[in-house]
Amino acid sequence: MKQSGIYKLAKKNPLAVIGIVTCVIWLIAAIIAPLIAPYGPFTQDLPMRYDSPSTEHIMGTDHLGRDVFSRVIWGARISIPAGVIVIVISTLFGGLYGAIAGYMGKLTDEAMMRVADVVMSFPPIILAMAIAAALGPSIMNAVFAIVIVWWPRYARMMRGLVLSTKEAEYVSSAVALGEKKAYVLLKTIVPNCVAPLLVMASVDLGNAILIFSGLGFLGLGVAPPAAEWGVMVAQGVAIFQYWWISFFPGVAILTVAMGFNFIGDAFRDMLDPRLRRQI
Amino acid sequence: MGLFQYTVRRILFLIMVLIGVTIAAFIISNTVPGDPLVANLGQTAMSDPEIVERYERRWGLDRSLPEQYLIYMSNLLQGDMGTSIRSQRPVIDDLKQYFPATFELATLATLLSIIFGLIFGIISAVKRNKLIDHFVRAISVTGISMPAFWLALMSLYLFYFLLDIAPGSGRLSADFSGFSLQTGFLIIDSISAGRFDILKNALYHMILPALVLAGATMGIITRTVRSSLLDVMSQDYLRTARAKGLNETVVIMKHALLNALIPTLTIFGLSYGNLLGGTVLVESIFDYPGLGWYAYISATTLDFPAIMGATILIALVYSVMNLLVDVTYGIIDPRVRY
Repeated sequence: MKQSGIYKLAKKNPLAVIGIVTCVIWLIAAIIAPLIAPYGPFTQDLPMRYDSPSTEHIMGTDHLGRDVFSRVIWGARISIPAGVIVIVISTLFGGLYGAIAGYMGKLTDEAMMRVADVVMSFPPIILAMAIAAALGPSIMNAVFAIVIVWWPRYARMMRGLVLSTKEAEYVSSAVALGEKKAYVLLKTIVPNCVAPLLVMASVDLGNAILIFSGLGFLGLGVAPPAAEWGVMVAQGVAIFQYWWISFFPGVAILTVAMGFNFIGDAFRDMLDPRLRRQI
Repeated sequence: MGLFQYTVRRILFLIMVLIGVTIAAFIISNTVPGDPLVANLGQTAMSDPEIVERYERRWGLDRSLPEQYLIYMSNLLQGDMGTSIRSQRPVIDDLKQYFPATFELATLATLLSIIFGLIFGIISAVKRNKLIDHFVRAISVTGISMPAFWLALMSLYLFYFLLDIAPGSGRLSADFSGFSLQTGFLIIDSISAGRFDILKNALYHMILPALVLAGATMGIITRTVRSSLLDVMSQDYLRTARAKGLNETVVIMKHALLNALIPTLTIFGLSYGNLLGGTVLVESIFDYPGLGWYAYISATTLDFPAIMGATILIALVYSVMNLLVDVTYGIIDPRVRY
């Protein structure tokens, strides 16, 4: 009997399958959160505060008696879209920026890439933290701060790709045909450089979610009482006897980031023929 | 291009980037919504007109933004980063106090991540696609995906609260609080004072945060060692080495590994940034009085002179680290100099 595609993939790259399954579960959970979360994200039950995991509250309750399980499920609606938005904007902006730098070359390229170098000389969370602190805590500010930190890596990669592609014969012929610069860049060069950029984006998604929750944890991302995973972990700091308050939101961050990392890795192996041979 | 020219070019590049870093820091401190005076002086100092006037003169707040930047820059070059609102001390003094702690912690974490990363990477490559390879890869991806702040919290819960085998917070136990620091580096100071009990205690306090910090970097190093080792292992010269009848261990350790380490070096420079960034999250949980803790406290109390000072210093350390990596790379592999 012929083996099905999924079975073959599972045998060849079990981690990819684990990643896909994890992410699909989380995406579904985020979409149908109101249906599966037994309580609202802000529903308080003060007499039940600091209740340990039980059949009624499978992940316990926090300092306001809110159901941790419900908040973890609702949290998926914040962290996953935030990570996706960061990556989409960074890829689009960084990609375009790098494409222009690479295509224009010379002084424009030098000037543009030095700006990217400056941003990249900060460890990401440090710069994001400083920007978020300056802007004040909110989801949009946190997303903006991370985008500012994140786009240069896409710019750098796209620039490299454009530099090597622009020498191709089909590009020279488009130029010889008298096509406008913007047309040559966007219609002839860029489409041939997109794949590696997408791989990078998929690998980065987990990281974006990690940084976003890190800002939340530091109190510089989403402001409480939002059901954001980083904020929720922070609420359990220094109260070790109520370990569940921090533990479960952290597991949520870990599993989502890991799921996206597994998928990103598999994606990279698939598209990189050099690696495909070896792995 | 000779090594000397290459190094000089990289240093000039570093200076240029660092000027950019100060511009970026300057822009951020100027985007603070509301009055920059309140952001930099704090509410109490604002009520004293003399302090306000002195501050305005010192930073040229009545001038245009480019002029303000030049004043900021000339102050910075004289080591004046302003005064911390929270500690009421010059930021540069605060940084001098907190930096050594982070440097020690980051160095230990780096050593740990290299040791474990190498071991795991080699095992994973040699046993490619075997069960142990999948297992090691799963561990390394887990390390990369682990929120450092959560890992820090959970390891404290387990080793301090439940098992009581790890020390709580800080750099030293309370018994040694009288020990005066000369260089700020506990390891150096305790050894030079012949106080090995203090050295032991300092390492005891460092090991758990260092392991937590090493987690993500270790994952990245494992992954890079694995893929570059696999790359090298398919080369002809390895087949030759094997054909000569050399022992497989000799082939891997002597012929393959050294070449595979070259790409790892670049990754190391990049992941050092992650490690420094991680100190913000990890030190705040371990109450470890280092630069990360300082940056965190400053950010949460909106102490802007301090945030900017810490940010610039961390960017400086990170850039110098990458410069060292690049120059080392240039020595090992002369092709990159061109």
